[in-house]
Amino acid sequence: MRRNARLLELVRISPHNAPINSRHHKANKKQGTKLVRIPVKAVGAATALLLSAPAFAGWEPTKPVEIVVAAGAGGASDQMARMMQAAIQKNNLMKQPMVVSLKGGASGAEALMYMKSSEGDPNKVLIAYSLIYMLPLSAKIPFNWRELTPVSVIALDQFVLWDNSAGPKTVKEFVAAAKTASSPFKMGGTGSKREDHVLTVFLEQKTGAKFSYLPYKSGGEAATQLVGNHTESNVNNPSENLEVWRAGQVRPLCVFDKERISYTSKVTDTQSWADIPTCKEEGVDVQYLMLRAMFLPGKVTPEQQAFYVELFQKVTQTPEYKEYMEKQALKPIFLTGKDMVKFLEEDDALNKSLMTEAGFVAK
Amino acid sequence: MEAFGLLVHGFAVLLTGKTLVLMMVGLVLGIFVGVLPGLGGPNGVAILLPLTFTMDPTSAIVMLSCIYWGALFGGAITSILFNIPGEAWSVATTFDGYPMAQQGRAAEALTAAFTSSFIGSLVAVLLITFLAPMISSFALKFGPPEFFAVYLLTFCSFVGLGREAKHKTVISMSLGLLLAGVGMDTVSGQLRMTFGSAELLRGINFLVAVIGLFGISEILLTMEERLALLGHAASISLRVVLSVWRDLPRYWVTLVRSSFIGCWLGITPGGAIAASFMGYNLAKRFAKNPDSFGKGRIEGVFAPETAAHASGTSALLPMLALGIPGSGTAAILLGGLMVWGLNPGPLLFVEHKDFVWGLIASMYLGNVVGLVLVLTTVPIFASILRVPFAAVAPMIVVSCAIGAYAIQNAMFDIWLMLGFGVVGYVFKKISIPLAPFTLALVLGNRAEDAFRLSMIGSGGDLRVFWSNGLVGSITTLAIVLLFWPLIDKLFSGVGRLQPPAEA
Repeated sequence: MRRNARLLELVRISPHNAPINSRHHKANKKQGTKLVRIPVKAVGAATALLLSAPAFAGWEPTKPVEIVVAAGAGGASDQMARMMQAAIQKNNLMKQPMVVSLKGGASGAEALMYMKSSEGDPNKVLIAYSLIYMLPLSAKIPFNWRELTPVSVIALDQFVLWDNSAGPKTVKEFVAAAKTASSPFKMGGTGSKREDHVLTVFLEQKTGAKFSYLPYKSGGEAATQLVGNHTESNVNNPSENLEVWRAGQVRPLCVFDKERISYTSKVTDTQSWADIPTCKEEGVDVQYLMLRAMFLPGKVTPEQQAFYVELFQKVTQTPEYKEYMEKQALKPIFLTGKDMVKFLEEDDALNKSLMTEAGFVAK
Repeated sequence: MEAFGLLVHGFAVLLTGKTLVLMMVGLVLGIFVGVLPGLGGPNGVAILLPLTFTMDPTSAIVMLSCIYWGALFGGAITSILFNIPGEAWSVATTFDGYPMAQQGRAAEALTAAFTSSFIGSLVAVLLITFLAPMISSFALKFGPPEFFAVYLLTFCSFVGLGREAKHKTVISMSLGLLLAGVGMDTVSGQLRMTFGSAELLRGINFLVAVIGLFGISEILLTMEERLALLGHAASISLRVVLSVWRDLPRYWVTLVRSSFIGCWLGITPGGAIAASFMGYNLAKRFAKNPDSFGKGRIEGVFAPETAAHASGTSALLPMLALGIPGSGTAAILLGGLMVWGLNPGPLLFVEHKDFVWGLIASMYLGNVVGLVLVLTTVPIFASILRVPFAAVAPMIVVSCAIGAYAIQNAMFDIWLMLGFGVVGYVFKKISIPLAPFTLALVLGNRAEDAFRLSMIGSGGDLRVFWSNGLVGSITTLAIVLLFWPLIDKLFSGVGRLQPPAEA
């Protein structure tokens, strides 16, 4: 799958798209970069002048904007990026088209390094999740989210404990079955030493049951493997298991949050997201929410940052965003500026302590 | 016959003037993209995907799948005429297709390639049509041990059935496996062999390696041979086409075998690459005189092309039914589906019948239209060959470089590609086969992950590979194929000794 991990999809064929490909250089190859970049920059600067001269309304992108996704095709980040792309285009929130660029290589590290090396480029937005805290800890990737420019936190993603619809019906039965099983229950998840793995470790600590954790490449794969009975359970995000839940192939046991999901419209014939009990209600006190946040590369101007803050604020008011949040059972939130930084610092500290406790921090 | 009724409905959705025009446009674009070395299916579809964003989902997917067919047909053209596989699964086509072109039988080889692609896809589409519901539940039977068994089978069939000296195959495969390990290891979450370089984080992209190994090294070799391009101009006359088709029934065993392998590996999803190699190797193994393979034998074109296309087509089934893309192109189509708000999964067949059956019907139509189109336009695309080599070579190198760059937009990949060009040249000089290397590079990662996940799941017990009928029979078959030369000798006795494998 590695060869598929990185695809570039352009939204619209426009004259601007020709230079797109030549723009994505890494900073450490200045030799090759300069030759291509000069004309592009010149054109960009000229257009910027033309556009910004009459209005004092601030900065606006002059080139197609790239949403960088730190995951593979079809994952939760990718779906969200496409939703935003559609919302921005349908509601004419930005003059330039938006391009989704998948950089899921090396479990998403590719996207982080790409953003880090794009310092000062205001035409790239990263759609980040908790990998920004975890990857530098577990794999020693030389990356720190503080080097990027925070724009806004746009959603919080839930985690749900799922089992096969032929398996135990409640958390208590599930835990009991896991404890008495002759070989440890298999827990499928995405990647190693990441959210799913951390949750599994804490589930073990709180219940006393043993699981063998199987790291798959994507949440989709973890979902199919659960349906095929190759694993006993997974802790997928709602969006990753939505289709198989609706097909009646898996069962949600509990949600890892302090309160139930708020959406009450029926997803399956009998159940809505709000019908899923919290794990705490069921006697397993494990909570974890994952941020979905937008970042610009480091060293962009405050005007550029302000443009995107406003853009994503508008996105959160579109019907596309609202519909998406409900369908994927995401928790709405909008944080920016100081609030966002405060949130990130706290979230970082929390993730760090979880990772340390789980023993996933690389020496 | 519920499926039949639905299919007829699908045709009805499709048979509008607009859709047919889109189909033709898609095919021509696809062939064009396929002919450019190094671009090929996934890249072509990725680049052209945005064209379809303004259309309704059915028209869009029809056009995309036609681009895909076109790219597949186009890939065969470069493999045969230039010895540059546009796609990984065209690698096996070059083994006999290129020698045929060198002997002036390019037209024959191309007709054979197109016809067998047509047959392979047709079989797979028939299979999709009638087995769709059953197959999606079969695909669910595949857990890590089953996946590993399939990969093992592919590797073993290579060593056991390959024509090259066994030790050279193993050397080549091991080097491929080694390079496949570069980058992030999914199972442990650690980086391996990146030596602190941010460029190596992504791992070594398989397509970059293939473009270098095959494209650049071929240019180097040709330069050495005094700038004579060894391909031959091809104009396909009706007479050649008919004569190839007349001979077709003689190869029915090969066609059936390859179609079967292709469909099986496409669904399982072992992939088209494995299928094409396996189809080729088995055809050779069961042929009366295996030595004539690799020297321009038409069966050597039939076998891999049929298998690759059967597999490439049937790979769409797990994509639609389970949301697991079986191939690179399927992954991009998957991305497309989601843009139009169609979520692949078991319910797609229930909730979007129009779309699914429209797509399946478009596979039939696209295939027929594509075959006719490609047979009539080959002279135009192949006319590149009349240009002197000194002019063509730089163009090929440039388009290889663009291809390598476009995959991940990384300058580093161009250097990597050039490096692989030199490696490919050296390998060809000391006759180490390139195919096992590329196979290992593309499957090595997945095989390793599948193996380690099986071991985690079973607590380190190797018996997991014989834990049920399905995985047990695949594993056993793999081991039989690995030791096939020995087994063959035992059974055939003194009377019919296999000639020792040649380098």
